[in-house]
Amino acid sequence: MAQLQAKQDALALRIAGLDLPRAGWSAPARADALTRLSAMGLPSKRDEYWRYTDPTSLTAVAPTVAAPFAYSDEKMVFTDIDRLRLVFVDGVFDADASDDPVLAGVEITRLSASGDLHWARDLYGVLETRGQTPVQRPLAAMNTAFATDGVMIRATGKAAKPVYLVYLHKSNTSDVILHHCIKIEAGAELTILENGPAAARLNKVMEVEVAEGGKFHHIRTQGRDHERRAVTHIFARLAANALFKSFTLTANGHLTRNEAIIEFAGDDAVAHVAGAAVGDGAFHHDDTVFVTHDAERCESRQVFKKVLKNGAIGVFQGKILVKAGAQKTDGYQISQALMLDGDSQFLAKPELEIYADDVVCSHGSTSGAIDEAALFYLQSRGVPKRAAQSLLVLAFLAEAIAEIEDTSLADDIRIRMENWLTRHEGK
Amino acid sequence: MLEINNLHVKLEEEDKVILKGVTLSIKPGSVHAIMGPNGSGKSTLSYVLSGKGGYEVTEGSASLEGAELLEMEPEERAAAGLFLAFQYPVEIPGVGNMTFLRTAVNAQRKARGEDELSAGDFLKIVRTKAKALKIDADMMKRPVNVGFSGGEKKRNEILQMAMLEPKMCILDETDSGLDVDAMKLVSEGVNALRDAGRSFLVITHYQRLLDHIKPDFVHIMADGRIVKTGGPELALEVEKNGYADLLAEVV
Repeated sequence: MAQLQAKQDALALRIAGLDLPRAGWSAPARADALTRLSAMGLPSKRDEYWRYTDPTSLTAVAPTVAAPFAYSDEKMVFTDIDRLRLVFVDGVFDADASDDPVLAGVEITRLSASGDLHWARDLYGVLETRGQTPVQRPLAAMNTAFATDGVMIRATGKAAKPVYLVYLHKSNTSDVILHHCIKIEAGAELTILENGPAAARLNKVMEVEVAEGGKFHHIRTQGRDHERRAVTHIFARLAANALFKSFTLTANGHLTRNEAIIEFAGDDAVAHVAGAAVGDGAFHHDDTVFVTHDAERCESRQVFKKVLKNGAIGVFQGKILVKAGAQKTDGYQISQALMLDGDSQFLAKPELEIYADDVVCSHGSTSGAIDEAALFYLQSRGVPKRAAQSLLVLAFLAEAIAEIEDTSLADDIRIRMENWLTRHEGK
Repeated sequence: MLEINNLHVKLEEEDKVILKGVTLSIKPGSVHAIMGPNGSGKSTLSYVLSGKGGYEVTEGSASLEGAELLEMEPEERAAAGLFLAFQYPVEIPGVGNMTFLRTAVNAQRKARGEDELSAGDFLKIVRTKAKALKIDADMMKRPVNVGFSGGEKKRNEILQMAMLEPKMCILDETDSGLDVDAMKLVSEGVNALRDAGRSFLVITHYQRLLDHIKPDFVHIMADGRIVKTGGPELALEVEKNGYADLLAEVV
């Protein structure tokens, strides 16, 4: 009880200065979230779910000062891709820098916009609430209660181009809470691109509901800032024959916790969630994934690769829960770390919990150094050592990047990785 | 071409001496074969020459066209014209065979101050050479050596050799794991590369390979030294009588 009290006390301090919107369509969901949050309190490092990642800087009253990174040596990711661009600067929507939010087959509004949004009211905080069991995720509930903005996107057809969310970080004390809702109606298809650190400290939630036969693609990069901290949640629910594919590239960042909570509610759906993380020095990256199979013949894949050096820390907590009756489930999970020196750490907790008797589930987790035999083989063919190392690191990441269906987007991500490796060579 | 003088090598991690004074001189355009019982140091010689880690040279030298080999990084030796066809070619998941070859070819050209090959030119050359070795387009697309059969791996080694056009080729038991047809194919690939400016050092256990790749000289290696040198007839003698007689004679 003392521990819960401490978590509730921490919460009271944290939210004392935050404003809970009491009007508008999201108000009831926000009030409900606050009630749930108050019962839980904020996470503490003594929680099992936060065993490998200390949440203190994510729950502290004020964010840790984080200097924004100035791009100078390369174009921002996704620059050359035809897309609809929506820009947030330190969490504040920048209409001048954004495209007109008009796209055939897609409705785009903002969380802060007035007026009622029936479909969003049925989604906002709903998947987040479902995702609170069996594991509590207080930072997501806090997000639902206090989010200041976000986009509400509803796809009713096949979107002609991706919607690109850009999160610029300019203030070194910005503390941002964003909440997006994405609804993919039956048979519709949409790609969401996200890029940028967003703030000194970011708490972001994305709820994604994919109706029957709908397709959702998500490719995210989290910027090049070294000092920023972020906790993000993706809550997804898939109806029959739906497709969900999410890929995240994290290069740099002091602390990142990316959670993905995916639920199969209809038969024959597919969900792939993948991540590539590269860290050098003060870098703590945590992928926490929870996939619930509650329908038949669904396929889930979790592919997470981390490249770590100079004391960087990688965490993976991944779970596949197969409920009774979810027969013919095909679940796959792989988490691997490539340690470029002896100072780095990889902490992995893969879990399977299966209550159906006719399923295929496999998981693996490895950590290791660069393969010396392969390195020598490449060198013996004339490839210089550093280039050979980069080639092997990219090869290591290939399985995760292969989860991006669109080849031009995948190429763009690959180039980012190559550039990162070049910048961090031999340090 | 290749001058090895009194080469002594031990394992870096332990006090195990493997090469105890190897001396060998290979002239441009000639083919030398090294035979010898297991553990005599044949593969170690090939690794030390190509720069693999884990070995310590305690005495002696090796040079390629007058340049000190042992001071160079493995990639520098490759750019200088040395090539080792591996006994056990390494599998590299995630790196496409074609990408690998092109990276290697262009890295060497760059190191030598030459222009890189354009994608089109490279493709033209690689297609012709791959065809001669019966390496199909699918094998070029797959990751380097991953899922290749023993024969495919060795053919892939010869393709790399053909693309890189080295001056000094070391073949480390290229015949091991090959059936008769594959051995013929690989040998044809090697023979096609024979010319006045290119030398070969063929390491093998069996005389059979030397029926296909005819050597000018045959050396017998035992306990870290070359104990006997002769012509092709020496290989036949080994095939017939084994090493015991030969070695007894030497000791």
